[in-house]
Amino acid sequence: MIKFENISKSYGQTAILKNISFEIKQGEFVVLIGPSGCGKTTTLKTINRLIEPNDGKIFINGKDITKENPVELRRTIGYVIQQIGLFPNMTVEQNISVVPRLLKYPKQKCKEIVQDLLKLVDMPYEENAHKYPSELSGGQQQRIGVLRALAASPPIILMDEPFGALDPLTRDTLQEEIKQIQKKLKKTIVFVTHDMDEALSLADTIIFMDKGKIIQMASPEEMLQNPGAPIIKSFLSKQIDNGSNGNGSQKLFAEDFMRTKVLKVPKTSRTLECIKLMSSRDVNSLVVINEDDTYLGTVTIEKIKEQGQPGKEIADLVTAEVITVGRKEAAQVAFDKLLSSESSYVIVLNDNQTVAGLITRTSMAKALGEALWGEVQ
Amino acid sequence: MSGALLQGILEHMAIVSIAILISTVVGVIFGVISYWVRFLDSVILGISEILQTIPSLALLALLMIIFGLGNITIIIGLVLYALLPIVRNTYTGLKAVSPHLKDAARGMGMSKMQRLFKIEIPLSFPLIFSGIKIALVNSLSVAVMGVLIGANGLGTIIYRGIQSRNMETILMGAIPVVVMALAFDFGMSKIEKRLIKRAK
Repeated sequence: MIKFENISKSYGQTAILKNISFEIKQGEFVVLIGPSGCGKTTTLKTINRLIEPNDGKIFINGKDITKENPVELRRTIGYVIQQIGLFPNMTVEQNISVVPRLLKYPKQKCKEIVQDLLKLVDMPYEENAHKYPSELSGGQQQRIGVLRALAASPPIILMDEPFGALDPLTRDTLQEEIKQIQKKLKKTIVFVTHDMDEALSLADTIIFMDKGKIIQMASPEEMLQNPGAPIIKSFLSKQIDNGSNGNGSQKLFAEDFMRTKVLKVPKTSRTLECIKLMSSRDVNSLVVINEDDTYLGTVTIEKIKEQGQPGKEIADLVTAEVITVGRKEAAQVAFDKLLSSESSYVIVLNDNQTVAGLITRTSMAKALGEALWGEVQ
Repeated sequence: MSGALLQGILEHMAIVSIAILISTVVGVIFGVISYWVRFLDSVILGISEILQTIPSLALLALLMIIFGLGNITIIIGLVLYALLPIVRNTYTGLKAVSPHLKDAARGMGMSKMQRLFKIEIPLSFPLIFSGIKIALVNSLSVAVMGVLIGANGLGTIIYRGIQSRNMETILMGAIPVVVMALAFDFGMSKIEKRLIKRAK
């Protein structure tokens, strides 16, 4: 589908791409990865002629792309960039329908496309179509960025570190979504990243580049088994250290740095009782448990003040907004969740759903300090 | 007398608005050219800057030699004066559009013109608008000089006051100029703020 033949590119004396050749099959999810400056983004941008190579040829479906009008070529290739790049002067609907409108699709058709695409990512049309990008969260913005690339149903989509600026949780969700979109719509995707984790979970084929050359082109499994060069090994080892298949001896779990003293109250306790407890311990929320000691949720002082009535049970005021982790989950996962969460702590649960402890930002900092400098007093 | 005042105000406004309309069109075009053609930017900005430094009296005298007496000459003078803030703000605004957005627009398959009209000008519009505001407020006071080259406007009332040494008449011509300048500055600054807020 896409074929590179001896592509070279240099700016003055510095060679960015050195004689690159490879082929991407239809419907393949290809990830370009490598250290910064390896030429992966340049490679990507030669496909839609944002960058013209000095030498060599690129064919899409057997046609030499230099023979085509670059503006029209780009309309047939979806493009998602790292900094999201939604146009701030256009609404969500206008942003998504940019390319269909450039291609002069009828208005009704443009609207249908926007409605269908928003459905694909569970963002209701009525609620979102007329918002401006600045009114959306980072994750939603990048979803729209992806939808914009899909709008004119191009067979090929180029993605340049699209999820690099997102927090880990959102990134995971979006990776999942893009994988499913790709399966559903059978697109050929070329995806640039510097994150091996991301490459391994998304790619059908990984192309590893360094200093303007392709070091290895292989499936994720094969790359894990036989890394073709020391630099690939070092990229992979970062992944193995904090991934699930580590050697275990140095592995930290959520339980290793949680606080075990937790203020728990049964869900049958009364509002005034809770307020008293909170003020005596100087906290603003409590963990609420069921009769059988399993975790139910949390209750905050604001919520009680707003909606609580004196003498009533707190069961109705409990929310499950605070994120929970299992005590055997990796420390890194717990940290990621804590950092991306709105509340100042996450709750650690035992296997039987009872509360084991809390991880607060302070206990996380302490654990990090200990890892760096040994036991902290 | 109040009839003459009203007439003066209307003529003044007409002269200034025609001049600003023309210099907005010309200024934005020159701003775009200096943004597109890299080596022309210093030439165009340089010329507009030099124009601004010529004392208004001298510029009007020069123009009078070429174009004769009358409203046309003062309009041409005002256009030349108003050019710099509009050209410069257009150029700066276009340059300041984030490179990622330009990259995205190019990657979506927009032609140069489509990028300009759909992305670059809308995004730099707050800055262009502020250039127009500066030009307009300046022109309101420069237009008073028009009386010296036979143009209409509030200048005629002020001049009559000077000649008859009548303070009242001078103020009657001068105060509307000040009020108009302040009113436009206030109103357009409000709009400008809203534009900037919307752009974020």
